[in-house]
Amino acid sequence: MNSRLTPEDRLQQHGDDFYELLMKTHEGLEFEQSAAVNARLVLILANEIGNLDILAAALARAAEE
Amino acid sequence: MHYENRQYPFKTPPELKGEAPGKYSVAIIGAGPIGLAMAIDLALHGIRSIILDDNNVVSVGSRAICWAKRTLEIFDRLGVGDRMMEKGVTWKVGRLFHGEKEVYNFDLLPDEAHKMPAFINLQQYYAEEYLVDRVNDFPDFIDLRWLSKVTGEDIRDDGVTLHVQTAEGDYQIEADYALACDGAKSGIRNRMGLRFEGHTFEEHFLITDIEMAEPPFESSSPERWFWFKPPFHSGQSALLHKQPDDIYRIDLQLGPDADPIEESKSEHVIPRLRQIVGDREFKIDWVSVYSFTCAMLERFVHGRVIFVGDSAHVVSPFGARGGNGGIQDVDNLGWKLAAVLKKEADPALLDSYDEERRHGAIENIMNSSRATSFMTPKSKMEAVFRDAVLNLARDQPFARHLVNSGRLSVPCSLEGYPLQTPRTTTRGLAPGTPCPDAPLEGGWLLNKLGGEFLLLTIGEKKAGKVLPGIRELHIKDNPDVVAHYGENMIYLIRPDQHIVAAFETSAAEPEALDAALARAMSKPVLETIR
Repeated sequence: MNSRLTPEDRLQQHGDDFYELLMKTHEGLEFEQSAAVNARLVLILANEIGNLDILAAALARAAEE
Repeated sequence: MHYENRQYPFKTPPELKGEAPGKYSVAIIGAGPIGLAMAIDLALHGIRSIILDDNNVVSVGSRAICWAKRTLEIFDRLGVGDRMMEKGVTWKVGRLFHGEKEVYNFDLLPDEAHKMPAFINLQQYYAEEYLVDRVNDFPDFIDLRWLSKVTGEDIRDDGVTLHVQTAEGDYQIEADYALACDGAKSGIRNRMGLRFEGHTFEEHFLITDIEMAEPPFESSSPERWFWFKPPFHSGQSALLHKQPDDIYRIDLQLGPDADPIEESKSEHVIPRLRQIVGDREFKIDWVSVYSFTCAMLERFVHGRVIFVGDSAHVVSPFGARGGNGGIQDVDNLGWKLAAVLKKEADPALLDSYDEERRHGAIENIMNSSRATSFMTPKSKMEAVFRDAVLNLARDQPFARHLVNSGRLSVPCSLEGYPLQTPRTTTRGLAPGTPCPDAPLEGGWLLNKLGGEFLLLTIGEKKAGKVLPGIRELHIKDNPDVVAHYGENMIYLIRPDQHIVAAFETSAAEPEALDAALARAMSKPVLETIR
């Protein structure tokens, strides 16, 4: 586990609300369209985080199978 | 040990002997957990009722088996909590698998500050048996009639006539109120032609109860195992947990193309179970196939007919919100109906049952639908996200909280609904909150709260801060209570153990307490002179 990633659950009680919103965003889309949504989402969130060390750690963890 | 259903006898009712006029305050249709609990709650409030059930046994099959903390607290108030706790199984360790691999496990530590655990596993037949025994403690208040089928009803503005069919003949009774506790397929709801629509899920689930002496777990303490993409069958999920009497519940989600009847044959069931429990000897106790719908009535109160439990709302089983939701309906309705029948409150008070419990049902349906969605991805991308959550759950705490195999049933807050006095302070607990338990010297707070309105003073007590005719409880120097409720607070508690008004003691003017009580009974708040 990479120490740069926050160990806390920052979504707290909003976790299920977020997940539902995420599924709704993808509802009815073709897989390719969904992939494009995800790509835009990653880029937007990267800008929101704005910290290269954290982003590098997130990318490394996300790459793990 | 296989459960032997007791047969409850039919007794010739007075109506068929030409004796009684057949008039009752409350007629309860259905002697399941909801109907039985309803009659007990009403009896505790001094209201007589008659229960009519078309059957003469408790639940056949284990059915609802997870009883959550709030339900156990309500059962405790009704007088069956200790028996349920004594028999029920409390699991501590949960294990989550994705395919062959264990993703993570967790330990549910008991909360020492509460009498009741997060939940217990106990077969519905035991819960019903204990409730029937408890009903028998109130021979002057509850008339429980088995093998008595309600076949029709005439509903008027001032009461209901029920047509009852028995092997010895048919008869009619009059009731001020009829409570439909007759389950998901409610006959009275169908005859009234009420819309009961919602979302039907296509997946079928196969439930198997097996009896097995040797536990599958490594230690002797019971565990709960949940699989996403289990290696032993083609469906999306599987669940194993323990019930009393060495009975294990195994839920298999069947693939969308599976033939449920074929799948429930033992030649298909046994090899799968072997992959879960290995060579241990076991015996199949009960098999059932189900699919489910999430639906609710637009209104739970229809004049003199009130819907309670599954007749009013049905949910998917994930998160155990069916039986638990129904018992919370009972808790909410009992004191209100009693107050109306005793003419202490206007029938308008019953509207608050409708509003508050529809809110609860909506929340339950939302939570169980979300769990269902997580367990059964509808598209390739949904499956990708689900698998990503399970991957990250190996080491990322936030992702563990996104894994959704059913959110444990917790009571909803009633904040903002009309009976509650809006917040007067940000300290302590908000009005609408179900009272959290706390240890007291020689007992528990919830047991002391009881089942009537109560004024709870915490910390310093000041002269004159009372409500005439309302019982008081004063708690001083108890850090467990203060941790939840705050210091120097006064709470007005509803008979269903929810906070209905909260004040800082220094600000609790007698007029404000009077107004809070009036509001809690749905009475117009008048300027009163004490």
